Amino acid sequence: MLSAPLVVLLQPRGLAWAGATAAGLVSFAIAVALAMAVLGGETQTYAMGGWPAPYGIALAVDDFSALVLLLVTGAGAAALLAARPSVDKQIEEERQPLFYAAWLLGLAGLAGIVVSADAFNIFVFMEISSLASYILIAGGPDRRALPAVFKYLIMGTIGATFYLIGVGLVYMMTGTLNLADMQARIGDVVDLNPILVAAGFITIGLALKAAVFPLHVWLPNAYTHAPHMVTVFLAACATKVALYVLIRFDSMVFQDKLSDHVIQFAMFAMPLAVLGILVASAVAMFEGNLKRLLGTSSVAQIGYILLGASFVSQAGITAGAMHMFNHALAKGGLFLAVACLAYHYRDLRLSQLGGAAARMPWTCAALVLCGLSLIGVPGTAGFISKWLLITAALDAGPWGWTLVIVILVSSLMAVVYVWRIVETLYFQAPATEETGIVEAPLQLLLMTWLVALLNIAFGLAPAIPLTLAEGSAAALLGGMP
Amino acid sequence: MKLLDLLGYYNYWVFAVVLMVGLYAVISKNNLIKKLIGLSIFQSAVFLLYITMDKVEGGTAPIIQAGVENQIFSNPLPQVLILTAIVVGVSTLALGLAIVVRIREAYGTIEEHEILGAD
Repeated sequence: MLSAPLVVLLQPRGLAWAGATAAGLVSFAIAVALAMAVLGGETQTYAMGGWPAPYGIALAVDDFSALVLLLVTGAGAAALLAARPSVDKQIEEERQPLFYAAWLLGLAGLAGIVVSADAFNIFVFMEISSLASYILIAGGPDRRALPAVFKYLIMGTIGATFYLIGVGLVYMMTGTLNLADMQARIGDVVDLNPILVAAGFITIGLALKAAVFPLHVWLPNAYTHAPHMVTVFLAACATKVALYVLIRFDSMVFQDKLSDHVIQFAMFAMPLAVLGILVASAVAMFEGNLKRLLGTSSVAQIGYILLGASFVSQAGITAGAMHMFNHALAKGGLFLAVACLAYHYRDLRLSQLGGAAARMPWTCAALVLCGLSLIGVPGTAGFISKWLLITAALDAGPWGWTLVIVILVSSLMAVVYVWRIVETLYFQAPATEETGIVEAPLQLLLMTWLVALLNIAFGLAPAIPLTLAEGSAAALLGGMP
Repeated sequence: MKLLDLLGYYNYWVFAVVLMVGLYAVISKNNLIKKLIGLSIFQSAVFLLYITMDKVEGGTAPIIQAGVENQIFSNPLPQVLILTAIVVGVSTLALGLAIVVRIREAYGTIEEHEILGAD
């Protein structure tokens, strides 16, 4: 059952869209099956090559990984299902098979990171997914994607190398690469310098990959100039997977083992999260390009997830994990709608998009729905996680109020930037007199609406992700994988 | 004694210095190829770290030979790990260079400030 990454790896070439989509759906089905099994209360493990865990490379799926795995494969499959019309328009015919191959490699890498229980294996999968996503981003017709992807490549490689140094130092002190084994053995060597240095390297490296606030500079450009469907896929899951590794590594291996590490982690992560939320939201308010606006808002949303994690409490990590899931839904839906718009509008600056709602009513309605979820209006998925986050902040101590204010202020900022989009689409006069702009292709539109409706569905009935998120928080804090 | 201690970590000093040299090149150079060279140096430093830690005093290559018993050998695991990391590094470098080629085709230059000025 745990062969999700293998299934995808087996058929990378030639069959192009149909094959890619089939593989995406199969891996999503496997993820669903795994999630059901985990919901049944057992952790799934699989020893690669038949070697038992501390020696061989192990794969393991618990609640947290099941949640993120659902997200990754779901986003991959949904984006692939919708991808056909948009990709046909942006990528030349003969390069499409290679494009889909890179896509599947990226999907396999991301899924691999999530299921892996081995620190070095995570590095390898991380590089697989990163290399694939560089190719995907550079695959479009926009030449500005190239410098953006070069910057992403440099920063991504530095991040991964930092992580590698950290893993090396931990291995030097503990003699193991298996995360669970590491957790058991690190007690003998706590607070020696190499371990402290390793904690620093791993945190910074993964924060770089996850685009945590001051290290996010690669993200807006890379998202803006990537082919539209790639943005859907990467925005929904790439940075979240890095955050997942950060949270998992830190809480499994370092927290409650190193003295004062909880406080250090909170003091490191919380200011960055708060700054990221406020600054990125403020930048998004004044951004003129629709895709870059949404990309910048992603940086703020990563801030929310990190904020939840930095409480290091049951409520906090639950909120963080929930927000991971819900933000992927909202942002994936938004970028899908953007891809619909981009099918007819070449220029995605807000000034050019005036009056689009009259021409593409369904697309714009879906965009508004996902926008509401991004703001956190009651009844949508975004509301659930923001509510959890506020509850967690209030639990966190006397200064929790200030954090609640931060969350509320940034939600207001989100109202402002989503409203700017709505105003442009619905109330402004068209900038161009082009005729013949009609609805986006049905395939694209259907998937957009499916994701938009999922936002509502998980807003009204959040039971499944919530159970997984609570389970993951309990598992991470309780110490056992 | 203090000095000897410091000298004893000779390899680790080299690791730190090489790491910083690479990082400095990545940050400060304007030419994209030079940036990639810096990145490569940066990664090589990490290879050195791994290779250093697997060395056991008096150890040889970890090969089991007939007739030789109780031999001390180096820890083979970091060597295997770093072999993988070298492959990853090489593919990253190749992809980076490919992107530089395409940047050259699209912009006609590989100097970062000229590219930023072009759009």
